[in-house]
Amino acid sequence: MIHWLSHYKVRLALHELRPGDGCPLLLLHALAERSPAAVPEELGKWPGPVHALDFTGHGASSVPRGGGYTCELLLSDADHALAHLGEATVVGRGLGAYIALLLAGARHQHVRGAILRDGPGLAGGSALPGTPQILTADPFAVAPPDPLALVELSTDVRPPDYATAYVRQAVQLSELEIPIRVCASERPQWLRAVVEEPGVEQSTLADALVRYAEVT
Amino acid sequence: MTASPPAVSYTYPGARRPERRRSVDSDGIGIAVYEWGDATATPLLLAHGGFDFAGTFDVFAPLLADAGYRVVSWDHRGHGDSDHAPLYSWHADLRDALAVLNSVTSAPIPMVGHSKGGAVLMQLCEARPHRVMRYVNIDGMPSRFRAPDVADHERSRMRDEEIASWLDRRLRSGELSRKPGDPDDLARRRGRMNPRLSFEWLRYLVEIGARQDPDGWRWKLDPIMRFGGFGPWRPDWYLGRLPGFPVPLLGILATVQEEMGWGTRKGDLEKHLPVAAELVEYEDAGHFVHIEHPHGVAELVADFLA
Repeated sequence: MIHWLSHYKVRLALHELRPGDGCPLLLLHALAERSPAAVPEELGKWPGPVHALDFTGHGASSVPRGGGYTCELLLSDADHALAHLGEATVVGRGLGAYIALLLAGARHQHVRGAILRDGPGLAGGSALPGTPQILTADPFAVAPPDPLALVELSTDVRPPDYATAYVRQAVQLSELEIPIRVCASERPQWLRAVVEEPGVEQSTLADALVRYAEVT
Repeated sequence: MTASPPAVSYTYPGARRPERRRSVDSDGIGIAVYEWGDATATPLLLAHGGFDFAGTFDVFAPLLADAGYRVVSWDHRGHGDSDHAPLYSWHADLRDALAVLNSVTSAPIPMVGHSKGGAVLMQLCEARPHRVMRYVNIDGMPSRFRAPDVADHERSRMRDEEIASWLDRRLRSGELSRKPGDPDDLARRRGRMNPRLSFEWLRYLVEIGARQDPDGWRWKLDPIMRFGGFGPWRPDWYLGRLPGFPVPLLGILATVQEEMGWGTRKGDLEKHLPVAAELVEYEDAGHFVHIEHPHGVAELVADFLA
């Protein structure tokens, strides 16, 4: 079942992969991916309902004209899903892991733990801007995913201290002792800084799910 | 298709509407483009600042046109008569600027930008130096301080309430609408952001930058836009690149700081300037230097470009 959410001029698809009671699990996909059609096996033991969001320009969500993607826009996409669900434990892959981190800091009252996993788009562009560019899309690409999303969200700058500012907000303001758990192996600069922060734990996916299920 | 823009009933001394108006497609976003001056003259690209529109050049641009240029400006996406876009970002503005430039010429031309438009064109100069002859930046030079009309900048201290407020506004985005009023109301409201500009000038702008709805006049600016914001942008990134700026540069700085200004000071910039750069602090001028002193600034620009 799909819940359609309106984010300004974009229609977002929030897939209900499994109904149920209790704290929902919210899945955020990686760059150029879309939500899975069913609950992935490795997440099957989550005791509550499971939802998955298609970001703007991805999956069943609408593809806007003219690009203009930023990770902060995708944070707002995820925030729309969170507002619909009330609260959630968030599992992000790749790009979705970075967005899960931003969401954990920005909406610390409603995120019952963020789990950061490997996947496309985890690194982003770099910690500092490179040679100035004017980003244009592959003219032969077919959407979705929006080719402008691919180019804009794979070149964005992710300074380590920007990422850790969200960690600190989550750690200082969330009720959870460990609001962020990192299951990813890849270590872009922003994530290297994140795992050094107090309140962030590196763990297996299975362990992270168990720990967050205990506190929800 | 080229046509004259609609006439306005309210007049202002020296103001002249563009002679030509057309539209450029930028990945599906319609960008309204305006031109002043002889269509066969040397083109000059002119970019407005955030929350403005090309009509705010109605006094300044004709002076450059009369100096011998085909002055080409455009309403940024979400501003003036350009489309309200689903998404906004720095890179989208940059791509729109390139689409307008590509609609004019492939040869190098002079460029002039104010405030956020100045900063966007600076990046265009860096990314496409072979398309730019000389560049004038009007009070949009990099600053160590926050730029109120650039959304994706860093705040010195990212605040929980600020991010929540931005997200809350986006959750309500379907309900957002600019406040209606009569033309005098709109001019007075704009005066809060532009306190050094005269009521007569701001009232002149209403019929260009606002539209008449059944319940009153509204500024055309997309209601999703607001001052400030947050993001990973850092002013020192620009300052660090400035010594390598690739085209001759004239920076014109305001000397009277005001809310919309960027707070850039000559002393902060001098050590970062490339060799082929000049900085001019304009006496008794706020952020909208070219509106307060159109003749003086146009003369500076024309002399630099000559």
